[in-house]
Amino acid sequence: MAEHVIEIKHLKKSFGENPVLKDIDFSISKGETVSVIGSSGSGKSTMLRCINLLETPTGGEILFHGKNIQTELEVSKYRAKVVMVFQSFNLFNNLNVLQNCVIGQTTVLGRGKEEARKKAMEYLEKVGMTPYINAKPRQLSGGQKQRVAIARALAMDPEVILFDEPTSALDPEMVGEVLSVMKRLSESGMTMIVVTHEMAFARDVSDRVIFMNDGYICEQGAPEEVFGAPKREETKNFLSRFLNQ
Amino acid sequence: MSLFEDISKVWSKYGDTILSGIANTVIISIIGTLIGLLIGLINGIIRTVPKPKNPVAKVVLTVVNWVINVYVEVFRGTPMMVQAMIIYWGYAYMNAGSTLPLIPAGIVIVSINTGAYITEIVRGGIISIDRGQFEGSASIGMSHFQTMIHIIIPQVMRNILPSVSNEFVVNIKDTSVLNVIGVTELYFYAASAAKNSYKIFASYLIACAIYFCLTFTITRILRLAERLIEGKENYTVFGSQSDFPAEIHVSKEESANG
Ligand SMILES: Nc1ncnc2c1ncn2[C@@H]1O[C@H](COP(=O)(O)OP(=O)(O)O)[C@@H](O)[C@H]1O
Ligand SMILES: [Mg+2]
Repeated sequence: MAEHVIEIKHLKKSFGENPVLKDIDFSISKGETVSVIGSSGSGKSTMLRCINLLETPTGGEILFHGKNIQTELEVSKYRAKVVMVFQSFNLFNNLNVLQNCVIGQTTVLGRGKEEARKKAMEYLEKVGMTPYINAKPRQLSGGQKQRVAIARALAMDPEVILFDEPTSALDPEMVGEVLSVMKRLSESGMTMIVVTHEMAFARDVSDRVIFMNDGYICEQGAPEEVFGAPKREETKNFLSRFLNQ
Repeated sequence: MSLFEDISKVWSKYGDTILSGIANTVIISIIGTLIGLLIGLINGIIRTVPKPKNPVAKVVLTVVNWVINVYVEVFRGTPMMVQAMIIYWGYAYMNAGSTLPLIPAGIVIVSINTGAYITEIVRGGIISIDRGQFEGSASIGMSHFQTMIHIIIPQVMRNILPSVSNEFVVNIKDTSVLNVIGVTELYFYAASAAKNSYKIFASYLIACAIYFCLTFTITRILRLAERLIEGKENYTVFGSQSDFPAEIHVSKEESANG
C-alpha cells in the first residue's frame, strides 16, 4: 500500500445545529485520483472545504503525511501543498492571467519574480493559456478561466489538488477542455480529489469513486464496482436518477 | 454704481490676495484627502479583520474596533467648524497657550474629518468584494494581510475612487470653515476683501465663481483619472494566428421570425 498523503478520521462538521458531515473516514494515497459523487447538499463541498481549511472541522481530524493539519502544521504552508480549484473559478479580478499565477508563488512560497514568472508560463502552457497572459479574468470564457485557475493551483507545486465541481459552471461546449486538462494531470501522477457530476470522468479517469450521502460516505470502491455493481440501495437510486436525466 | 463696477473694483484691488488663497485651499484639501484616505484604508482593513481565535487578540481587536467606531461616529456627527475650534484651541489649552502652525493644523483637521467618512466608504468597499476573491487566495495559502494588500485593496480602491473624489471636492468647499481658526485660504481672503471694501455681495460673488471653477475643473480631472485607472478593455493575444474571430451570420428573416 502506497503512503497515505491525506487521512481523514471521523471528520464532523456542523453549521450551528445543522450537522452536515457526520462521520467521514477515508484516505488518499500519492498519485491517486478520487472522484466524489453524491446528490446536492450531501456535504461534498463542505468536506473539500474542511480539507483546505476554508471551514473549521467541528470533530475528528485530518492528517497530512501523518500530521494534524490544524495543530501540527502552519495553515498557509499546508494550503500551498493542498490547493483548491473552485466551481466559480475565483480568479483575482484585479490581476491579469500571468499575475494570477505569480502572486501566490511570490507571497506564499517566497519565490523571486523571475522564477515565479517562468513557473507560471510553464503551467499556463500546459493548460493552453499562454496566448492570454495579458487578459483580465473578465475578458475570458468560463473554460479559459478554469484552465487559468488550474494553472494557478499548479504553480504552487502542490502535492494534492482539490476540485469542487470544476465544470459545473461551464457552458457544455467548454466542459471538455477543462476535463481533458484534468485527465492529463491525473495521468501525470497528480494526487487529486474531484467532486463532480461528470460521471464519465469519474468512471474513466478516477482510481476510486466515493459516493456521499447525507453527511456519510455511503459507498466507495473502484469505478467499475461503484458504477457497475453498486452494493447499496442509496447508490443505486442516485445512479439511476442521475443516469436517467 | 452697478454690480459689475463693484466686482471689477474689488477684483482689481483684492483679486491677487483672493487668488493667493487658492493655493492654501487646494493644498489643504489634497493633503487632507490623501491622509484621510490612508486613515480610512487602515481603519477599514482593521474593521474587516476576521475574528481571531486567540482570546487576547480577540479582546484587543474588539477594543480597537470600538475606538474606530467612536472616532467615526463623533467626527461624522459634529460640524467640522466645531472640530477645528476644539482641536486648535484644545491643543493650545494643553500646551500652555502655544498654538499649532495654521496650515498644518488645517491639514490635521481636514484629514481626521475626511478619515472618518472614508473609513465607512472603505468598509463598504471591502464588504462588497465577492467572498470568492478571499477564498481564492486563502485556498493557495495567502494570508489575510497578503490578500488585502494584493487582491482586495486594489479592487476596493478602484470601486471607491468616485466616492473619494467626491470627498475631495467637498473638502475644497469645506476648508472655508477653517477661517474660524484663521487659516488664510480662499474664503478668508474673500471675507477680508468684503470687510475692507464694504462691497460684500461683489466680494462673495467672486469667491463663489472661483470655488465653482476650482471644483468644476477638479471634478473633470478626477473623472479622467478614473477612466484611465479603469484600464483598457482589450488585451494582446500572443502567437495565436490560428485563432480567427468568430463570425455570426443572422439573416434578416431569421431574426424577424425569432
Ligand atoms: N456556511 C454554511 N452555513 C450553513 N450551512 C451550510 C454552509 N455551507 C453549507 N451548508 C449546508 O451544508 C449542506 C451541505 O452543503 P454542501 O457541502 O455545499 O453540499 P454539496 O456540495 O454536496 O452540494 C447543505 O445543506 C448546506 O445548506
Ligand atoms: Mg457543492
